[in-house]
Amino acid sequence: MTPSKKGFTVPLLKQGKVADDTFVRIGDEDPLPDQGDVIVGLSRWQADRDELTRHKGSLGVELAVGESPSEIEGDLAHFDVIALDFPAFSDGRAFSSARLLRERHGFQGEIRAVGDVELEQLHFMARVGFDSFLIESDDPEKDWTTAQADLDLWYQPTEDGHTTVRQKRRR
Amino acid sequence: MPHVVIANRLRDGIVVFLGTSHQWVEKLSECSPAQSEAEEEALIRLGQEASDRQEIVDPTLIEVEEKEGVLHAVKMREAMRAMGPTVREDLGKQAEN
Amino acid sequence: MYQYDEFDREFVEQRAKQFARQVERRLAGELPEDKFKPLRLMNGLYLQLHAYMLRINVPYGCLSSEQMRKLAHVSRLYDKSYGHLTTRQNMQLNWIRLVDMPEILNELASVNMHGIQSSGNCIRNITADEYAGVAADEIEDPRIYCEFLRQWSSLHPEFSFLPRKFKISVTGSPNDRAAVMAHDIGLRLYKNEEGESGFEVFVGGGLGRTPFVGKSIRTFLPTEHILSYCEAILRVYNQLGRRDNKYKARIKVLVHETGIDKIRELVEAEWESIRDGALNLPEEDIALIRARFTPPRYEAPLDSEDELKALREKNPDFDRWVDQQLAEHKQPGYSIVNISCTPIGKPPGDISSDQMEAVADLADLYSMGELRVTHNQNLVFTDVRRQDLFKLWQALVEIDLETANHGLITDTICCPGLDYCALANARSIPVAEKISNAFADHERQKEIGEIYINMSGCINACGHHHVGNIGILGVDKKNSELYQLMLGGSAKEDASIGKILGRGFDEDGIVTAVENVVDTYLEIRTDGETFIETHRRVGDDPFKERLYGASPKTR
Repeated sequence: MTPSKKGFTVPLLKQGKVADDTFVRIGDEDPLPDQGDVIVGLSRWQADRDELTRHKGSLGVELAVGESPSEIEGDLAHFDVIALDFPAFSDGRAFSSARLLRERHGFQGEIRAVGDVELEQLHFMARVGFDSFLIESDDPEKDWTTAQADLDLWYQPTEDGHTTVRQKRRR
Repeated sequence: MPHVVIANRLRDGIVVFLGTSHQWVEKLSECSPAQSEAEEEALIRLGQEASDRQEIVDPTLIEVEEKEGVLHAVKMREAMRAMGPTVREDLGKQAEN
Repeated sequence: MYQYDEFDREFVEQRAKQFARQVERRLAGELPEDKFKPLRLMNGLYLQLHAYMLRINVPYGCLSSEQMRKLAHVSRLYDKSYGHLTTRQNMQLNWIRLVDMPEILNELASVNMHGIQSSGNCIRNITADEYAGVAADEIEDPRIYCEFLRQWSSLHPEFSFLPRKFKISVTGSPNDRAAVMAHDIGLRLYKNEEGESGFEVFVGGGLGRTPFVGKSIRTFLPTEHILSYCEAILRVYNQLGRRDNKYKARIKVLVHETGIDKIRELVEAEWESIRDGALNLPEEDIALIRARFTPPRYEAPLDSEDELKALREKNPDFDRWVDQQLAEHKQPGYSIVNISCTPIGKPPGDISSDQMEAVADLADLYSMGELRVTHNQNLVFTDVRRQDLFKLWQALVEIDLETANHGLITDTICCPGLDYCALANARSIPVAEKISNAFADHERQKEIGEIYINMSGCINACGHHHVGNIGILGVDKKNSELYQLMLGGSAKEDASIGKILGRGFDEDGIVTAVENVVDTYLEIRTDGETFIETHRRVGDDPFKERLYGASPKTR
């Protein structure tokens, strides 16, 4: 559960549907709860690694912009979720991070977009490997449908399974 | 120095000013400038509200001066917006007078 | 030129619809300006001083007559009956209404045109040699790779929110007409000693606040790897490019601060991981794209040279035009024709809707329906039969496009400046017009010879002032316009950045200063020396002395 700037809970959009968010974001100084699903920042993970691997509940890590996926390259098996932050609509670093996690490091778990997440970027995010979104919106499911309906032709090969124009041409 | 609020209208991008009766007008001549800081604040607040209502974009207070009974924008850039391109006098507000 | 297939067409249509939806959200009050701005910019829509401005892409400068006709129609119906050719081979319309955008994009999409990524912090329209595919001096046609780059960069899911804009330029000729060294990525297509085609890749060139000449990051990249290599560069840049300061966000600053050797190491390591992946271009894919370029239907040349000679002797104006505007075609019997859109004393690069329409008709008659936009803000007819030259010239006279100043001093590059642009600090067009008038005499222009004057109305350098042989930068000093003069820049294969000579001038002063610089050059040049050659030989001093008097440094 993540409170928004306005104090509301930001809905979690997953596979096109609003889903229960079982994860709690734990700050670097917050005590770790006895159980339950938690997401921690990279520095907390690096500092409390042993404690966190023993934690009862699912574990996620959140990478801020500028924190490279290569920092957790060897730890991926510990995480069910990797959250990537978009500090601003215009800051696109997390797009590269998501692709690297999926395509370079083979992460199979959930990659979650957090921060400034808006309808108009959903189609890009889905293509680079994000599969869940904390999105401040009145109707995230409608946003998802809209974004999907916008564009279904893509020139770029990524590993999201989408057929590219080049592949379509070869048929 | 007296000030007026300048902006671009959202729908068509045309330069507008916050006019005498607090309507958006297309001509600088239809404005009554703010003469005090309090008036300036009131004016820009109105501009900001119109921006929040998404009627106009970028409300900005600009300096104006009166010369021979006619209002002019002081800065070159704003004078250009109030008039039109100097290289095409047949276009913009200067052509509409 | 490249013929869009069903997918390319569908892509543009989808994007037009998407933007129509975004405009609707904006007009309905659902999208505030801070969110809408990056979206409209990615569709080429700016908010300028007087209205919205739409920048329409002309991919690597190639334009069909049908598209030109559509530009005439759109500029007439939705704008004020003219357009402006830009230094990035695009066309800008200056008086656009937001509410008309959905219709405008539909109109443009009907001829495969759009404004996708003509602005914003993404990969911009690819530019190329304006003579690509027809130049006699070309080693290989770069347009096929431009087309691959166009497709790859269009709505790239990873690289649509970069630290800053990103510009790629391609040339296939040793004579660089695409200013590749002034781009974020510059690509020079050539053949190595084994006869294999590949690119020399330059990175980190650019103008603006901190100008740099591009640095060679790889001397030979086999053509099949062009997309993966660019992807590797972009990935490094997207992750490491500075986002704390907009003026330091271009890749040139990253390259400068990190060092080219370290950047090369990072890019090459990234590339190793992806080079043989899905971006690799096998010959069959290249062949598919190549096949979509309509082959020109060249005819065996008529022997028209005697006739041409006679016509030239009879018509001095025609003779002058032939002498100045033509470039050598690879096909015997054909010429490349430069059409100046920078007439004496007029705004460089402006073209009226009527002229657009007439030019489109002429391209059908005399250039196989194809034309180009050049980075000098002019047009090119790529395939003109030499026996048609006189008829073409006569028709151009009718529409005031017969100016014979290609590569001469009045053929200035000039940004829109403070007359239109929200970023500008000073006007540039009036200065360009005055300089043009000062040097209007054709004989004087010929005597001066090849020289490039580039002018910008602010530090962002859309007018490429750093790489003009004579560069002019307009600044705002206490609410009046001041013009700085710089000498020694070049945008060609010998690229260099000009340096400010001394204190600035007012609007008339700068015109006189340019005349003084030119007079100095005429006095001190040796036989056959161009302005840039003279400047490289003697440096700034003689020019400084003439403009500012003797300084202690020059004794």
